[in-house]
Amino acid sequence: MKLGKAYKRQSKGVVWFFILPYFCIFFTFTVLPVLMSIFLSFTDFNMFQIPKFIGMQNYIRLFLQDEIFIKSIGNTFILALITGPLGYILCLLFAWFINELRPTARAIVTLIFYAPSISGNMYLVWQAVFSGDAYGYLNGFLMRSGLISAPIIWLRNEDYILPIIAVVALWSSLGTSFLTFIAGFQGVDKTYYEAASIDGITNRWQELWYVTLPLMRPQMLLSAVLSITASFGVGAIVTQLAGNPSTNYAAHTMVNHLQDYGTARYELGYASAIATVLFIIMVISNFVIRRIISKVGE
Amino acid sequence: MAKIKLHTHRLNRSLGGDICIGVFLFTVGLFMALPMIYAICTSLKPADELWVYPPRFFVHNPTFKNFKELFRILDDSTVPFSRYIFNTLFVTIVGTGGHVVLASMCAYALCKFDFRGKNFLFNIVVLSLMFNATVTAIPNFIIMARLHWVDTLAALVVPAFGSSLGLYLMKQFIEQMIPDGILEAARIDGAGEFLIFFRIVMPMVKPAWLTLVIFSFQGLWNLADTNYIYREDLKPLNYALHQILSGGVTRVGASAAATVLMMIVPILIFVLTQSQVVETLATSGMKD
Repeated sequence: MKLGKAYKRQSKGVVWFFILPYFCIFFTFTVLPVLMSIFLSFTDFNMFQIPKFIGMQNYIRLFLQDEIFIKSIGNTFILALITGPLGYILCLLFAWFINELRPTARAIVTLIFYAPSISGNMYLVWQAVFSGDAYGYLNGFLMRSGLISAPIIWLRNEDYILPIIAVVALWSSLGTSFLTFIAGFQGVDKTYYEAASIDGITNRWQELWYVTLPLMRPQMLLSAVLSITASFGVGAIVTQLAGNPSTNYAAHTMVNHLQDYGTARYELGYASAIATVLFIIMVISNFVIRRIISKVGE
Repeated sequence: MAKIKLHTHRLNRSLGGDICIGVFLFTVGLFMALPMIYAICTSLKPADELWVYPPRFFVHNPTFKNFKELFRILDDSTVPFSRYIFNTLFVTIVGTGGHVVLASMCAYALCKFDFRGKNFLFNIVVLSLMFNATVTAIPNFIIMARLHWVDTLAALVVPAFGSSLGLYLMKQFIEQMIPDGILEAARIDGAGEFLIFFRIVMPMVKPAWLTLVIFSFQGLWNLADTNYIYREDLKPLNYALHQILSGGVTRVGASAAATVLMMIVPILIFVLTQSQVVETLATSGMKD
């Protein structure tokens, strides 16, 4: 192993050859726009005039004058705390159960579980289910079975919007992490299992906790970031199902607020400030979750 | 040899536990399959069933009328439809291929090479995943305009090469699956880094890049709107379909047919790549 160090040094040319093509593109089309947005968050910019530098004013306005923003933080956290951890654990468990099936059954079940992510607008099925008139599947079902006499306008009723959005968001967020875990189980060296069973691991839950998960830490960290971006980034689903803004802002999330200002009101400086706050929230959650994942298997 | 190994370590498990897991998977599976069943049922419904009261989820008299109607509408399109299909195939295949190769090379270097600043670079990639894309749309448009890439397919393909997800994914899998010992052995044998990357690293992390192919392919295939393409003959398929089929109640059936047709290719890619992931499982015992 000591010998390895000497062989590990690559010449500068080789390093550049491997990283430069990716990073040139990444910096131009990902980092540069993000930096420009963060800069815009300190300006007043309506997309038609030159941005005017206004210091922290956007942020002050967000936290001190914008009650809807404060409400949207609450909704975002409610959705994230429900869909994030639950979705993460479900993905892991599904992938683990499915991994033990025979290959053919495995392929079919994997496809079924990935179905909501196959195409971008799969959640529109929920529009048909929760449709507010008597043609909605849920209303139709409840009326036929005599539980209600008049259709309920599910997606306009403040009491129902947020729970429905939570279910749909959870349902549609499972795909990416699930597939990551499916592939991650393939990377676990099978010899560890034999060693572990000799060491006295007797049931599969122990095996999962003490053997498999520690070996899957890289995938767990990756899925954590994917879960964070999905669960704090709920927005399109609310717009599509409940509208933006939703009734009395019942399911208004930070992303909805950001889209409202960025695409409907042309206040890009203000929208960028929202994006920056959301970014900071995600970075902090990621930091906390990394701490938790490092405890796995202890 | 490998096969025997896989089955020897089966731990004791209860029948009850297996049944519980089976019932659980089945229930959740129904829930997950719902949209696909719904899309297929709707696309096969004749017009009177689409608006029947009380609403019916399943189709009673399946018909291909919606598909015929869809092709009739597409025939009337000013740009030949094959052009949209070409655009999408080009963007999807080149974009996915380029992304997988460039991101994997870079991930390998970040994971296994020794140079200053690599952790910093990696952290930037992870952080970039967490910034909302709505507000970067305008800066991105400015950059595209400066490059004179508006109304070119390059505006769709090249940014896909540098997307953050692929690098993070490949880096995590290389970290998990590639022991340093194998690389050192190859280097001592005199193999160059390029050879090591393509002949040793990439085959070993096959489940990872097959998964990445699915993610990237789907993202590009389902591209529904873009700020960079205004010329009709350069629009991707899904974008064109959305434009044509958003025309009100009469096109609900044709629109459902389009959704089903658009699903077929991603499903094929999914099944193809996933069956390869399974194959890796059967041979993975060999590497010991």
